[in-house]
Amino acid sequence: MRFSLNDEQRSFASAIDGLLAGADVPAINRAWGAGDTAPGLALWGRLAELGVPALTVPEEAGGIGASPLDLVVAFELLGRHGVPGPWIESVAVAPLLLADTPHADLLEGLAEGTVRATLAVDGIAPYALDADAATHVFHVSPAGLAVAEAGEAMASVDPSRRLFPVTAGERTPLAEGALDRALDLAALATAAAQVGAADRMLRTAVEYVGQRRQFGRVIGEYQAVKHRLADVKVSLDFARPLVHGAALELEEKSPTAPRAVSAAKVFASETAHSAGRAALQMHGAIGYTLECDLSIWLLRSRALHGAWGTVAAHRARVLDHLTTAR
Amino acid sequence: MSHTHPEGPELTDSERAFRAEAREWLAAHNPGRLPSMDTDEGAALHRAWEATLAEGRWSVVAWPEQYGGREASLTEWVIFEEEYYLAGAPTRIAQNGISLLAPIIFEHGTPEQQERWLRPMTDGSLIWAQAWSEPEAGSDLAGIRSRAVRDDERGGWVLSGQKTWSSRAPFADRGFGLFRTDPEAARHRGLTYMTFPLDVPGITVRPVHQLDGDAGFAEIFFDDVFVPDADVLGGVGDGWRVAMSTAGNERGLSLRAPGRFMAAADRLLDLWAERGADAPHLRDRVVDAWIGAEAYRLYTWGTVDKLAGGGDMGADGSVNKLFWSELDLELHETALDLLGPEAELRGPGAPSGGSWVDDHLFSLAGPIYAGTNEIQRNIVAERILGLPRGENRRAGA
Repeated sequence: MRFSLNDEQRSFASAIDGLLAGADVPAINRAWGAGDTAPGLALWGRLAELGVPALTVPEEAGGIGASPLDLVVAFELLGRHGVPGPWIESVAVAPLLLADTPHADLLEGLAEGTVRATLAVDGIAPYALDADAATHVFHVSPAGLAVAEAGEAMASVDPSRRLFPVTAGERTPLAEGALDRALDLAALATAAAQVGAADRMLRTAVEYVGQRRQFGRVIGEYQAVKHRLADVKVSLDFARPLVHGAALELEEKSPTAPRAVSAAKVFASETAHSAGRAALQMHGAIGYTLECDLSIWLLRSRALHGAWGTVAAHRARVLDHLTTAR
Repeated sequence: MSHTHPEGPELTDSERAFRAEAREWLAAHNPGRLPSMDTDEGAALHRAWEATLAEGRWSVVAWPEQYGGREASLTEWVIFEEEYYLAGAPTRIAQNGISLLAPIIFEHGTPEQQERWLRPMTDGSLIWAQAWSEPEAGSDLAGIRSRAVRDDERGGWVLSGQKTWSSRAPFADRGFGLFRTDPEAARHRGLTYMTFPLDVPGITVRPVHQLDGDAGFAEIFFDDVFVPDADVLGGVGDGWRVAMSTAGNERGLSLRAPGRFMAAADRLLDLWAERGADAPHLRDRVVDAWIGAEAYRLYTWGTVDKLAGGGDMGADGSVNKLFWSELDLELHETALDLLGPEAELRGPGAPSGGSWVDDHLFSLAGPIYAGTNEIQRNIVAERILGLPRGENRRAGA
């Protein structure tokens, strides 16, 4: 399997990375959490200029019609920088679901970044993320897609995520297989964001232990510190191929693609978890505060652990595919 | 055997044909599990298997044709390894020679050495023992004390000292390792890469029984053993640099192609199908072991891509080694837990003929050999993550 990024993907990645690195995303993230969504929405617009929300919108609807691997490239960076907002919902899920429904006219706006969709999905995503910052809210069940009304916001473990129960209106049926494919893409994007978060937490921890001194030494000199961070690095290096491999399988519509996506979600989420635990431990008490930027990724990765299919559910799906395929 | 790991989707027609040919040949010739190669009987059978492999030109697929290879690409080599393990073919008694020594001979050997050593190591007629470690130098190869003293009269070197944990030594023909040729030089300097016969006067091989009960390695005592200049590999005093390229090989891709773990994961799933109902609490570990093997397969293809694009393994070999050695342990420990109280049985009458417990014992060595995992973690932390080296705390190499 060959999944090295091509030149185009690398330059797309470095454009997103450059934009986000210069945008003070931690401040935008905190503002978003405090209810000031304006800077986050402005960032949405700037990412739209790079084509991020247009990725999965088909070309004939004004989008890019990009591959799942392109999506993975973008979401790893959104995760690495801690960008707030309903990105997975709007970019990975909504375009697939809205196509071939009476709401298909929203696709162009989604691609442009002027439409931001969020949605709750029966059994897997019970609350719509950031419905207050979205322009359109939906509810999805196997019976179909419905415009929905958001109720009162509920808090998430991640202060930059607000979750809304929704009340669904009239349903329109979905295209055959659209829901399954959308959920796979959502899980894949989540896995990519988890890899990004893990990568960021590792870097943050490495930077911290390289300057923090205790007992007359930089703590990064201690083997106990080195070994824990090395283990995170190993896990991260093996998470990425699973995510990239799953993206290729989805693109090729391989029969084992759902299994590959679930495997990626499990491993990436566990990697983010261990990266978070390690980074927190390396930081000590300062890491246990909201004022430390680490909290952005630590709490986000915890939220994403259960988003778009819990890790336990994805594990079960992997085994189910393995045992029924034999 | 069922294959739960998909083949790479972008293989070329000729790569697919290569896979098919390997699969077909293995199906026709594979003797399956042989008695341990670390016994008299097993060693003879393994040598015979090497000869069979060589006849089919599957012994060293990546080597030049003149030495019995197929000049297979890296991709084809990984394909072959996958097929080899999925077929359940025997472990390779020639591995020390083929994987660890041959790259050195190709790079640093004289034409005469290449002629003398390469071909015989491909058909089981010349089996090599590696002799890296010494009693006082484990992963710390720079601490080597065994000496080689110049003998101008005879045109060679006289070896003295002791090596230990020398794998294959009880049943091998020749050994290779580092000797200190300049005792005044700094730790990494003054070392020379020597090869030596194991059946000459002055050499004593004392087999050491491993956890699995077999004499898989040995101590070698050198009591004024003469080695002619023709048996020195690379330049005198240049042994460290020469050896490091093999250490990289051993820790990295060449030793652990993904096939081994894919095959073990498949067998674990079979075991789960048989026994899982009695041990539902092990479900997550079974899944995670399979995911780990899949991650390793994909990572390897990523490495193949990188190497094919002109990159090198570098310190990534340490990332690789840490992952596979831990994965191997977890795969086998999960299997033993599934076997429950029967897991302790060995030999005939044991579940799967005791292969799970035997392979588990082998996997226990993974985090120790080829540079302990502690050394590997230091390398990852210092060379990849860029953490500071403490005073007197150098990361191995």
